[in-house]
Amino acid sequence: MTTKDWLLDESPTSRMQANAGRAYRMGLAMLGNPLAMLGAAIVLVLVLAAAFAPWIAPESPVGQNLQARLLPPSWDHWMGTDELGRDIFSRVVYGARITLMIVALVALISAPLGLIIGAISGYFGGWTDKILMGLTDVFLSMPKLILALAFVAALGPGIENAIIAIAITAWPAYARIARAETLTFRNAEFISATRLLGASHTRVILSHVLPLCTSSMIVRVTLDMAGIILTAAGLGFLGLGAQPPLPEWGAMISRGRTFILDQWWVATMPGIAIIVVSLGFCFLGDGLRDVLDPKQGGKS
Amino acid sequence: MGGHMSAITLKNLDISYGTTKIVHDVNIEVAEGESFALVGESGSGKSTVLKAIAGLAPDWTGEVSVLGKPCLHKPDRRFAETCQMVFQDPYGSLHPRKAVDMVLREPLRVHGIGNRDARIAEMLNAVGLDQRFRFRFPHQLSGGQRQRVAIARALMLEPKVMLLDEPTSALDVSVQAEILNLLKALRAEQNLTYLMVTHSLPVVSFMCDRLAVMNKGRVVEIAQAKQLHTGDFAHAYTRELYAASGAEIDTEDTL
Amino acid sequence: MSDSLLEIENLRVSFPTPKGRVEVVKGLSLSVGRERLGIVGESGSGKSMTGRAILRLIRKPGLLTADKMRFDGQDLLGLSERKMRHLRGARMSMIMQDPKFSLNPVMTIGHQIAEALKVHENLPRREVQARVIEMLEAVRINNPEAVAQMYPHQVSGGMGQRIMIAMMLIPRPDLLIADEPTSALDVSVQGQVLDLIDALVREKGMGLILISHDLNLVARYCDRIMVMHGGEVVETCAAQDLHKAQHPYTRGLLAAVPKMKETRSTLPVLDRSAWGGT
Repeated sequence: MTTKDWLLDESPTSRMQANAGRAYRMGLAMLGNPLAMLGAAIVLVLVLAAAFAPWIAPESPVGQNLQARLLPPSWDHWMGTDELGRDIFSRVVYGARITLMIVALVALISAPLGLIIGAISGYFGGWTDKILMGLTDVFLSMPKLILALAFVAALGPGIENAIIAIAITAWPAYARIARAETLTFRNAEFISATRLLGASHTRVILSHVLPLCTSSMIVRVTLDMAGIILTAAGLGFLGLGAQPPLPEWGAMISRGRTFILDQWWVATMPGIAIIVVSLGFCFLGDGLRDVLDPKQGGKS
Repeated sequence: MGGHMSAITLKNLDISYGTTKIVHDVNIEVAEGESFALVGESGSGKSTVLKAIAGLAPDWTGEVSVLGKPCLHKPDRRFAETCQMVFQDPYGSLHPRKAVDMVLREPLRVHGIGNRDARIAEMLNAVGLDQRFRFRFPHQLSGGQRQRVAIARALMLEPKVMLLDEPTSALDVSVQAEILNLLKALRAEQNLTYLMVTHSLPVVSFMCDRLAVMNKGRVVEIAQAKQLHTGDFAHAYTRELYAASGAEIDTEDTL
Repeated sequence: MSDSLLEIENLRVSFPTPKGRVEVVKGLSLSVGRERLGIVGESGSGKSMTGRAILRLIRKPGLLTADKMRFDGQDLLGLSERKMRHLRGARMSMIMQDPKFSLNPVMTIGHQIAEALKVHENLPRREVQARVIEMLEAVRINNPEAVAQMYPHQVSGGMGQRIMIAMMLIPRPDLLIADEPTSALDVSVQGQVLDLIDALVREKGMGLILISHDLNLVARYCDRIMVMHGGEVVETCAAQDLHKAQHPYTRGLLAAVPKMKETRSTLPVLDRSAWGGT
């Protein structure tokens, strides 16, 4: 029996085999979607760039060389140099670390928060729902960037505060989705059956409700990554996110703005990085939706 | 039937949803080991009675007790060990992302019962499911197989009383026959008490000892299942239901 | 049948799956006159697909082929989609299982029935109204003027199904296909709805194809019965001869139904392996 047969076996003999088989089928479905694969490749490049930045980048991201100021793209400097003579390619590669950190931390904070609040709200309904959703609506009604600005202004500029600010503005959308998803099956018989087994509300929510919300949450978070990157860049651009000399892409654009007419590459190169990575997450999110969507997936 | 203690007692049971009362003054005693049917058309409140016993329709007044112990208005662990329920829709009663093994493991986990692998394997045998189904997901099972899983889950805690909510109405006739046979055999083996909701009188005739006929939220008649052979019922509504259920075609198709 | 309304030979319907095309109807042939034909089978037998295929309602990527499909002399396979649409409703109608999903929730009942008529015939408005009321009366709805003003959620399931029947019958079709018309209804209403379909079919001399999983019900309301299993017809017989059915599958199905005067301690179970079953 080959590995493939083992994975596609209709009658798996262990839980591990059943789960591996399911993952393998999803992987196959992903492979059949070229845009999703392109998105996955871009995200993979981002991760690799972040992980191996010291080996990939030819120069230090902060090392200044005032003799080589504002050089156009060439063999020595693939993306040119900035006003302090720093190699822009190296800065963009190191910038991947900051971008990835922002994206990962925001997702780690806001997605579980939104998921739990939404699931509790949808599962219990009634007053719990009214109070939690009222709170969510208050946050949703404020423009994201403005709210983030207010938080950063209160907490002080800096990358950590930018992350906290973005996370605080991102969770309400996830809470809404998780609630809507929970409402579709909170009266389902499998929930009643689990309650009848004597399981507590906490157990029902954690091991029966949440697993059904996660796939749409993963899709949504992936699609939102682009927005998170842009918000982070926006904060950086306004000088409220990462502080110099950190090579954050938004801050780099902000610095390059001064020279945009004569030395276009200074602002454009990090801009291209932002666009490519945002697009990558969008493609990946679309592909994941096709694979994970509970309405399409799961049916043979 | 056998026992002296009553398995299920319903006294002056009224059930409401919000402000509307949908079940009025139900009084039923089901003896231990008996198979009792609640019969009626949609909207008669028959399923709501089951839900009230199980604690899933909490808004009731009156007295409900199972094996002499009064029921609470919500499901609890002690109740779970004496009384379980099988639902109508085999597609909705299993978690779509959990394999059979997980479904059957859950009751054991909730109640901290050990020796789980052996118990699961044994239960699969008892409900007539081959071991190769153990790690399949619900979408890889047919309707009848799913209903067997649901029955297995209900029996995992070895309850004495089973509430059956139209357990075969979503299934094909040939599959219905298999599930009805299984339920009947399990009852004989484990001396279970059944309270079964159904709209089909022939199913009652096959499965049950007595039946209560419900109409518009009230029990209009409690009868012996044997009366289905003769059709001599006291209440006009029961006779109407009996006639509409095709009592007359029965005689011709004896093979 | 000498004057057959619908003639089908070697009908095949298939759907693509990751493991290649799977046929759900495998070479079915039938001929219906102005009579009542019942198609019986369990889920997955291909009975509903057959009904849809007759109206050419198989959506892509489903594929429909047949050697012959003629309705009242017209070749259904060669017809353009536009002509087919005209034929559907006007000359062949279909009643679906659940009225809840077939009626438009934001249109009054009278309006919807009128719409069904207007699509196929050009009539002055007053006459349309009169026909609608007349049709609602024909499906035994008391107080048709009031019901015509109601919205679908204001009526019961049984009444909804009668309204569906009114909608399907108002253009006076020649052939009516009823796919499980009563399985969403209570037993007491089931009888009424089927009696009504039966009366209307006889009165207007239409052909009826009644698709159902319920052998006894089909035996009661049809002249001939076709038993389907796994996309194939396993047996065709006259309704009154159903209890003399030969095929083990038909006999198995008949025996598996619990009876009102049940005395058996276990119900006989189909040996599925005999037909390579599900």
